[in-house]
Amino acid sequence: MSDKEKKQGTSISRRSFLKGVGTGTVAATVVPSVLIGSENAAEAQAGDAISTATIQLNINEKMYEVEVEARTTLLTVLRDGMDTSGNNVDLTGAKLICDRGECGGCTVMVDGKSVYACMMLAIDAQGKKITTVEGLANGDDLHPVQEAFIKHDALMCGFCTPGFVVSSAALLNENKQPTLEEIKTGLSGNTCRCGTYPFIFDAVKTASRKM
Amino acid sequence: MASWGEASESRLIGKRINRLSGKDKVTGKAKYTFDINRPGMLYGRILRSEVAHATVMGVDTSEAEALPGVKAVIPLIEIGNKLRYQGQEIAAVAAETDDIAKDAIRLIHVDLEELPHVVTEADAMAEGAPQIREDWAGNQSEPNIREDGDLEAGFAEAAVEVEATYSTAVQTHVCLETHGHVVEWEDEQNLTVWASTQGVFGVRNDFAQHFELPANQVRVITEHMGGGFGSKFGPGIEGRAAAELSRITGKAVKLMLTRKSEHLVAGNRPSMTQNVRAGATRDGRLIAYDMKGHGTGGISSGAGFQAPYVYHVPNLRTERVNVAVNAGNQRAMRAPGHPQASFAMDSLMDELAEKLGMNPLEFRRINDANEVRQAQYTLGAQEIGWHRRNSVPGSGTGVKKRGIGVGSGLWGGGGGRGTEARVTINADGTVEAVTGTQDIGTGVRTVIAIIVAEELGLNTTDIMVKVGDSGPGLPSGGSGGSQTTPSVAPVIKTAAAAAKQKLFERIAPMLEAPIDDLRVGTGTIYVVSDRTKTITWEQATGQLGMESISEGGHWDEELRQNGAAGTQFAEVEVDTETGAVRAIKIVAVQDCGLAINRLTTESQINGGVIMGLGQALLEERFMDPYTGRMLNANLEDYKVPGTLEIPEIKSIVFDTHRRVTGVGEPPCIPTPGAIANAVYNAIGVRIRELPITPDRVLTALAEKKA
Repeated sequence: MSDKEKKQGTSISRRSFLKGVGTGTVAATVVPSVLIGSENAAEAQAGDAISTATIQLNINEKMYEVEVEARTTLLTVLRDGMDTSGNNVDLTGAKLICDRGECGGCTVMVDGKSVYACMMLAIDAQGKKITTVEGLANGDDLHPVQEAFIKHDALMCGFCTPGFVVSSAALLNENKQPTLEEIKTGLSGNTCRCGTYPFIFDAVKTASRKM
Repeated sequence: MASWGEASESRLIGKRINRLSGKDKVTGKAKYTFDINRPGMLYGRILRSEVAHATVMGVDTSEAEALPGVKAVIPLIEIGNKLRYQGQEIAAVAAETDDIAKDAIRLIHVDLEELPHVVTEADAMAEGAPQIREDWAGNQSEPNIREDGDLEAGFAEAAVEVEATYSTAVQTHVCLETHGHVVEWEDEQNLTVWASTQGVFGVRNDFAQHFELPANQVRVITEHMGGGFGSKFGPGIEGRAAAELSRITGKAVKLMLTRKSEHLVAGNRPSMTQNVRAGATRDGRLIAYDMKGHGTGGISSGAGFQAPYVYHVPNLRTERVNVAVNAGNQRAMRAPGHPQASFAMDSLMDELAEKLGMNPLEFRRINDANEVRQAQYTLGAQEIGWHRRNSVPGSGTGVKKRGIGVGSGLWGGGGGRGTEARVTINADGTVEAVTGTQDIGTGVRTVIAIIVAEELGLNTTDIMVKVGDSGPGLPSGGSGGSQTTPSVAPVIKTAAAAAKQKLFERIAPMLEAPIDDLRVGTGTIYVVSDRTKTITWEQATGQLGMESISEGGHWDEELRQNGAAGTQFAEVEVDTETGAVRAIKIVAVQDCGLAINRLTTESQINGGVIMGLGQALLEERFMDPYTGRMLNANLEDYKVPGTLEIPEIKSIVFDTHRRVTGVGEPPCIPTPGAIANAVYNAIGVRIRELPITPDRVLTALAEKKA
């Protein structure tokens, strides 16, 4: 671990983070949308440099040191983040689709449970084990859910697929032999527009038999 | 004459083959436009109108420009011009992060002079409504009138008549990957664009024209694409804005629409209203049809639909207008005009049949000239258990009542000219197939591999398929009208056959056999008259030395066919206390000619049914007449089908002939009609308005009681 990393640690809480940044910036991030576009935002923003903090995240069993703002979501770090050495995190499997916890396209596992990465602040993900779709396979050995999705053609355009794969894996972590109704309920937080659902149900069934 | 051969001869064609892109898609490796990260890339955002109708008096971007991290701000509308719907573009910014870009658009000050708006058809058509299109008096286009036969004589001959109004709501596409681009200028003359598009070459040509560049200096890449459904053809204002921001800043710019903008400006399926009076003879022949209807495609036209639909009526008059409202423009959406037309017509068919005291299926058989659908009626009825339907609608007991209904559809999907492709056989045995089409989720990449592998005796995974890139300069049309596979397949097949022929010419002397005597086996080439003369594929291609074989293909009429008939049967359960309608089972019998990949064809039929189910039961754009805004521009209040709404779906690939027909669109057509008829069969009250939501069901039930 580098000196810098030691100094930063991983214990910055959301509360202390918010205290640490200028109130102007915080205000700007929570301005209700009805007020936006007027002087309110301008007043809040003018002249304020946005404060950031450096945090560490454990993603797919690898530590990433990233600089984030208070408002930075876990999803933003995964997709658009850059580590402090200037390398893109570039884990774009989780998708930004609705940006407000309605579609499940950004689903990742946090400590083994499925979470919408668009609804979790990056600073709240510190000290937790984050698994994205890129971390599900064991090298070339695909996760049984991934194998089954390919076999059953449980994907068309594929944009929702990573979210469904992670949600399905998380579901099977909790319920090894789900019924069709339990699969439907377990995946009800994910949306597909191509209409792949019937084959997704088949795939989860198949995967459950192999786990 | 070229042909696809007999089913018994096919090793891969017509079988269930896994998608080539499957592994990349389940591991998150597949890169969509939204996922492209370029060195030093900036993030673009667009400031959009929050009012439905206004004149722009001034735009002040100075504060936005001063925000640290903002690299460029450009206007997208001229002062003095009108904003005509919520979501219309005002200005665009490029910034170092997406969050900064978001902050920046809030710092743009816009002076507007608001104008009166109308956002519902009723308001637009009302007397004294503000005129929002200068060229349309009363906000209505010139009527489109069609007449055939003798309407009065037809009604005189009719034994029964039905007069009813059928209507459907505006539906939005809800592409999960929003519209957008990543644009990067290599220098002033060369542009690379990653585009979430259904038409790589169309986007290329648009950018080339806009920036006055030779077309081959614009490269458009769409390796994977997250849904279009008809809404993603040109680059749009957002694409040009991204390119302009990139040009000014000298950096790559990613500009993807927000979810809200996707609902507001990226297209929608127009609404439909039909006021119909129709008659049938005692022996069950449709005899007269009089329809006056309208629909809105927003501020634009394009709200067309066929009426009557599918069934033949000898005496008719139809009159249809477009109604303008202050809302985002329609775009083609999966079988444009057809599902709404089918819903109205199939509802009408059931109403007429009931008046005649005739079984609705029998009534259809009498009036349907399509032989394929005649056969589908039999198969579908058997699969759903048609005999189980309530002979008296609504006669079931209990709170939850079940019913069964039928609906029909027809689509073209015959493909067309305009695709160029190359199949290359390399000396090391590798094979490449390249064309400028794009895989929008339909699986054409795998279809190409199947065709080439079948022709050359290889496996699909042996074929390197390159699509979604204008770089190689092999154009193909946009993926619309279910035309992709039927347009591409003949060219790929003839290219593969030509490459095979060239390889045979090279190895015939070595095998001491005439070229016509050579055949491919599985990974082998042999002499048909002497099977002892068999060599492996690699031995054969090894003969090429330093060369490779690279052949183009050509369009062939005989390899594809137009016309995809479909019939669907639905069973639903209606909760008469809550008004909730649940689909129990849907049987979709779909003609698609030769299904090159049966597995992905089934996926497409499932998908069509589910989108049709959304239109039937869930999806509706709500416009607020007072503010002029869309009330449900998100994925929570605009409801698309989720896991809990999915019934048992039996997708039947109905084999008719061995020519390729596209099937992307037709399976969504018959679903709403079948569901609406099933709802009627369940509760004995007809809902003539889509979507069939609980409030509409309860209102209808209450009206029946009263």
